[in-house]
Amino acid sequence: MVLNQGMDITATTPRLVYYADAIREALVEAMRRDPTVVLFGEDIGRYGGAFGVTRGLLEEFGEGRVVDTPIAEGGVTGLAIGAALTGLRPVVEYMFMDFITLAMDQIVNHAAKFREIYGEQARVPIVLRAAAGAGRSYGATHSQMLEGWFMHVPGLKVVAPSTAEDVRGLLTAAMADDDPVLFVEHKDLYKVRMPLLEDAAPIPLGQARVLREGDAATILAYSRAVHVAAQAAMHLAREGVAVEVIDLRTLAPLDVDTLGASVRKTGRAIVVTEAFATAGPAAEIAYRVMEQAFAYLEAPVTRITMPPMAIPFAPSLEQAALPQVEDVVRAVKNLVYS
Amino acid sequence: MMSNSMEFHLSLYRKMVMIRQFEERVKYLFLEGIMPGTIHQYQGQEAIAVGVCEHLADEDVITSTHRPHGHAIAKGLSVESMMHELFGKSTGCCAGKGGSMHIGDMAHGMAPAIAIVGGGAPIATGMALAFTMRKQPQVAVAFMGDGAVNEGAVHEAMNMGAIWSLPIVYVVENNRYSASTPIAQTTKVANLADRAAAYGMPGVTVDGNDVLAVYEAAGEAIHRARTGGGPTMLEALTYRITGHSRRDPCLYQPEEERKAALTQEPIVRFTEFLLSQGHTQQALDGVRDEVNAEIERAVQSAMAAPDPAPEEALVGLFV
Ligand SMILES: Cc1ncc(C[n+]2csc(CCOP(=O)(O)OP(=O)(O)O)c2C)c(N)n1
Ligand SMILES: [Mg+2]
Repeated sequence: MVLNQGMDITATTPRLVYYADAIREALVEAMRRDPTVVLFGEDIGRYGGAFGVTRGLLEEFGEGRVVDTPIAEGGVTGLAIGAALTGLRPVVEYMFMDFITLAMDQIVNHAAKFREIYGEQARVPIVLRAAAGAGRSYGATHSQMLEGWFMHVPGLKVVAPSTAEDVRGLLTAAMADDDPVLFVEHKDLYKVRMPLLEDAAPIPLGQARVLREGDAATILAYSRAVHVAAQAAMHLAREGVAVEVIDLRTLAPLDVDTLGASVRKTGRAIVVTEAFATAGPAAEIAYRVMEQAFAYLEAPVTRITMPPMAIPFAPSLEQAALPQVEDVVRAVKNLVYS
Repeated sequence: MMSNSMEFHLSLYRKMVMIRQFEERVKYLFLEGIMPGTIHQYQGQEAIAVGVCEHLADEDVITSTHRPHGHAIAKGLSVESMMHELFGKSTGCCAGKGGSMHIGDMAHGMAPAIAIVGGGAPIATGMALAFTMRKQPQVAVAFMGDGAVNEGAVHEAMNMGAIWSLPIVYVVENNRYSASTPIAQTTKVANLADRAAAYGMPGVTVDGNDVLAVYEAAGEAIHRARTGGGPTMLEALTYRITGHSRRDPCLYQPEEERKAALTQEPIVRFTEFLLSQGHTQQALDGVRDEVNAEIERAVQSAMAAPDPAPEEALVGLFV
């Protein structure tokens, strides 16, 4: 799929890089600057990670800082938490987000709780990098977007960038953050080239970005769904419907000011996500929209999500399940013309 | 069948060759870009699935892994239903919804393959527990890799299997790598089977490239399980002579090691043995040709089958 179309990239861009490269650049910069940043993960060393994100890092930083672990997600996550408690800033790679389920106890019951229970004496500055998302026919256990689970748990920050620029800026901020951050990478974006500015500053966690302005409706999205939303917005613009597209970028904490201001202006909102619907991110985001803009809403908030299903392997079925540009266009029209 | 008859040997050979040729054909289809998704293949480990499953009936159950094609064929799934699945057709053994990593068929005693490393061990243990509770004579076999034994779930499962003396065999296929990572980097013990002592069950290490040795060792372990003797950890030493997943060029496998492994792979070795026992090359070639023809029929029918209609995505949902 082509993802850059429709993105409103106005800056002059000296370089086009893969989304995966932007992750690596952020890691390298942080590791050069801060000797406490270390990496844990399966096959991240000589092999460079299942998606090539950590290629070359072992060579530059050595086994002392780029640690290939046994296959033991729960144990490795606990290890990272312990290392964080005693002064390191570990970044853990989960080859597929689906495998982070094996580490939920460590994340939910320990990493997320320490700061509130123990205060400053026990901060857990870890970044959990998870390769998420469908679109490559990897089937039900290698395609899920489970960020909703983490939004649910107090004490965790959740970031899900859609562009190379945001990946670099947000990962840099995540590694500097003193609390646990889940960093959701979309595996279908790794090999997409996007513009990257030189010397960009870190992007603060918790700030959404208005990607495209409009007044007919607001589309709220994150991760790859932003690209789907942006393409839908282009189609709609040709038909004279000007939608506003907001890339949420951080899901916890959610930038309610930006989404509130937008929906108070447009009066209509659609949430687009590849996560499951029930009790998922879209439900929470829609609720926040209502909190912020109920009196301004001209129609109920709509959501387009992954249906509640085991994500099917067959390409035709998987594509049918994923939110598509046409789905978003149709939903916007239903909202605007209803 | 007599375990030393020529006919029996030929049937083992046929199954191993079926797995090998299936995998080679599938690899080719992937490299051509015809097959979707990703695959983890079984070339080089055929003797293990075949030697173990030879002792199992449809009523006995196995759990498999992300690398399930060999287990599936050895457990009696048809290459046709598998090929259809790999192409994502509704005529596949999981209606195109599972794909390579989730292939399975309960009618043949193969639980849907478990692509989460280590996840199969407790599930197989639960199946064995159910057999015990319901006083049924079946056994369960949990296949796993040398990387899987480092997951907590495997440890928890083996401990429960042992304390309740369950009818199960934990088969650890030690192909010396978990993805790109060599075993020396993930384990300290010399033999993975040494860990069995920690659970209080027998641990056996066998040459996993010798189908008859696997057959014999698995036979003992399965007999023990069936007759109330409890679980066994059976480590089968082998080597992955294919990529970890599609397109993996295996650059992390040292050249020398790889070359040596190719001379020791199970089909080369069993062929030598069969020839020494009076089988003719012609007869073996005949088997290979038959197998190839069957696989080719499966490929053709799978490619001709229509893709599932998009509406099928919403059929059979839980909610
Ligand atoms: C819980 C979990 N972690 C990681 C993976 C990714 N992964 C798939 S196969 C594999 C290596 C498994 O090694 P081993 O158990 O030795 O089996 P082999 O691949 O050698 O058959 C890894 C890391 C996974 N599927 N599940
Ligand atoms: Mg292995």
